[in-house]
Amino acid sequence: MRHDELLPRDTPVSLIDETGTAVADERYAMPDADTLLRAYQGLVEGRRINDQAYALVRQGRMAVYPSSHGQEACQVGASLVLGDHDWLFPTYRDSVAVIARGVAPADAMVLLKGDWHSGYDPAAHRVAPQATPLATQLLHAVGFAHAAKRRGEDTVVLALCGDGATSEGDFHEAMNFAAVFHVPVVFFIQNNEFAISVPLSKQTAAPSLAHKAIGYGMPGQRVDGNDVAAVLSVLGEAVERARAGGGPSLIEAHTYRMQAHTNADDDTRYRERDEVKAWVARDPLSRMQTYLTGQGLLDDAAEERLAAGAEDIAAALRDALNTDAELDAEDLFRFVTAERSPQLDEQWQLLRAEIERAGLTDAGGHR
Amino acid sequence: MTIAHDDIRLDTERPVVGTMTMAAALNRALADAIAEDPSVLVFGEDVGALGGVFRITDGLAERFGEDRCFDTPLAESGIVGTAVGMAMNGMRPVVEMQFDAFALPAFEQVVSHVAKLGNRTRGAVRMPMVIRIPFGGGIGGVEHHCDSSESYYAHTPGLTVVSPSTPQDAYSMLRAAIASPDPVVFLEPKKLYWSKGEVDTSVTVDLGTARVAREGTDVTLLAYAAMVPVALEAAEIAASEGRSVQVIDIRSLSPFDDATVTAAVKSTGRAVVVAEAPGYVSVASEIQARVFERCFEYLEAPVRRVTGFDTPFAPPKLEHWYLPDADRLLDAIDSLHWDDDERASR
Repeated sequence: MRHDELLPRDTPVSLIDETGTAVADERYAMPDADTLLRAYQGLVEGRRINDQAYALVRQGRMAVYPSSHGQEACQVGASLVLGDHDWLFPTYRDSVAVIARGVAPADAMVLLKGDWHSGYDPAAHRVAPQATPLATQLLHAVGFAHAAKRRGEDTVVLALCGDGATSEGDFHEAMNFAAVFHVPVVFFIQNNEFAISVPLSKQTAAPSLAHKAIGYGMPGQRVDGNDVAAVLSVLGEAVERARAGGGPSLIEAHTYRMQAHTNADDDTRYRERDEVKAWVARDPLSRMQTYLTGQGLLDDAAEERLAAGAEDIAAALRDALNTDAELDAEDLFRFVTAERSPQLDEQWQLLRAEIERAGLTDAGGHR
Repeated sequence: MTIAHDDIRLDTERPVVGTMTMAAALNRALADAIAEDPSVLVFGEDVGALGGVFRITDGLAERFGEDRCFDTPLAESGIVGTAVGMAMNGMRPVVEMQFDAFALPAFEQVVSHVAKLGNRTRGAVRMPMVIRIPFGGGIGGVEHHCDSSESYYAHTPGLTVVSPSTPQDAYSMLRAAIASPDPVVFLEPKKLYWSKGEVDTSVTVDLGTARVAREGTDVTLLAYAAMVPVALEAAEIAASEGRSVQVIDIRSLSPFDDATVTAAVKSTGRAVVVAEAPGYVSVASEIQARVFERCFEYLEAPVRRVTGFDTPFAPPKLEHWYLPDADRLLDAIDSLHWDDDERASR
């Protein structure tokens, strides 16, 4: 590719603007009606999951929830562009994308509920475990794709990160390894403007995060992250390019974290309410609703059906989180290594004796 | 792309018995593992055409192709982090960190993911990978080329941490490490790379076991890696002075072979732990504590430690002062309350 073809556009790709009006683009096509309706369903469900999880933290049923409220177009887009055999490597803020891939909502929340560190088998839905270190999963994605490529498989790996993570060393190493080994990875940055409290202007002096791509010799592109049509089109092109052997690329979505970092954060200390309000007008759901209604693709009955489906998911999430799981203290020792060492067995015997002395009949009891 | 060379049938099919250096034994182990298992991949810095700065991967890229042994960009977190993804996707990566101190950029990947992914996923994901790290001093290396970083790894639940002291163990333990379903930090004592010994490639070693390197009845030296030959030298000198010194090669730092070590110290009643690393909060202090806890009633004297000083590793011209030697071990042995025995026998 010529050098200038690696550079992103000066402004993010947009296919449906914030008023719900279609925008013509010479390169990126509007997804078909079925895809847009599926995406809208994902947005409605994702918003409901975000708001339900947020409420469950306030009720003390979850330890913490990093919400993707406002970023649902990125979450849904990341899931819909992947085929069954493709893999998603998410961050801790990507629970909606994880659920959109097919992981049961309750299983996706196990880390945040506190029952275990992860609640799903990665291979079952081709979703890597979520974890809280930043940018480390990008390297896992590159290695995973590298192995697939060596076996001649056409798997594509989509690796997610936020704007803050682009400052980490592993971000750089992942980009570089991916480009040098020409592996089928798409890096998708959700630039939501804040790393907890630190604004993007303090993370980077680059013209945009997508501009970093040219430094690694891969194409970069910018997309309106609140426009699910544009996200689908831009990400979809990158995924198919990777699948066809075209190598990695870097997509930056411009979006906004509408809520605090987590419930434990107070965002009034570092950003103005007017700024947050300005982003309400750019909401990913409302513009899609306007667009689809205008196109005659969505009516009140369909809206009600979607809302009811989302409510079912929220109810299932509430039920799961309002139920105390049967926990087994021996699990602490079960999975550390494939075979339990004599030392761990000795320590488990000590804990078991302690549990028995406390008069609890089974190992699942609490102090 | 398909995996190349998976149909290679080497002369390595037959077990080999012969004298070779530890470096050659490690090279042989890598070659045999690559030949036997198409999922084994060897990668790192300078491991391809050069064959590694210590030549441990000499000839592998040429023999098996760049699909099986290849150079990466110069970034240790990238090497280990991509190995994690490869292990998640059915490969058995064997990665080389060029020197002990240069493994540190990969530390987050090792501690936060390599060691924890199996536990995080309740065993759904395993990390069958080997991280080879040349470590320790005694070769006149400059700063950052002689560190003993084993305690950081041994302190981390989920990692198997081993270090051989003979060419035979180097071969057999590296094969066992590559075959392990769990991640193994494989520490190679640089000073012993060129030491020679008999190797029989049909010999297997269970990781997690210590080895009796020399029988003895008066005192037990508990050593590992480059300190094992030093302990054997001290034992030889002590024998000439009428003292029978047992030497245990710990060789598996985690998990630890309490059974062998406890039986050994109970049999002699005296023990000295020997390690090159700084002693404070170290593998040596852990061994000392375990021996005290498990052998207290059998001990004739406090368990002593002879370790590196709690200083950064010495510059080349001062390292002879830093590294424990046979004299320092003999002094420690001499301090183990032998007078009480002599009084008792009077």
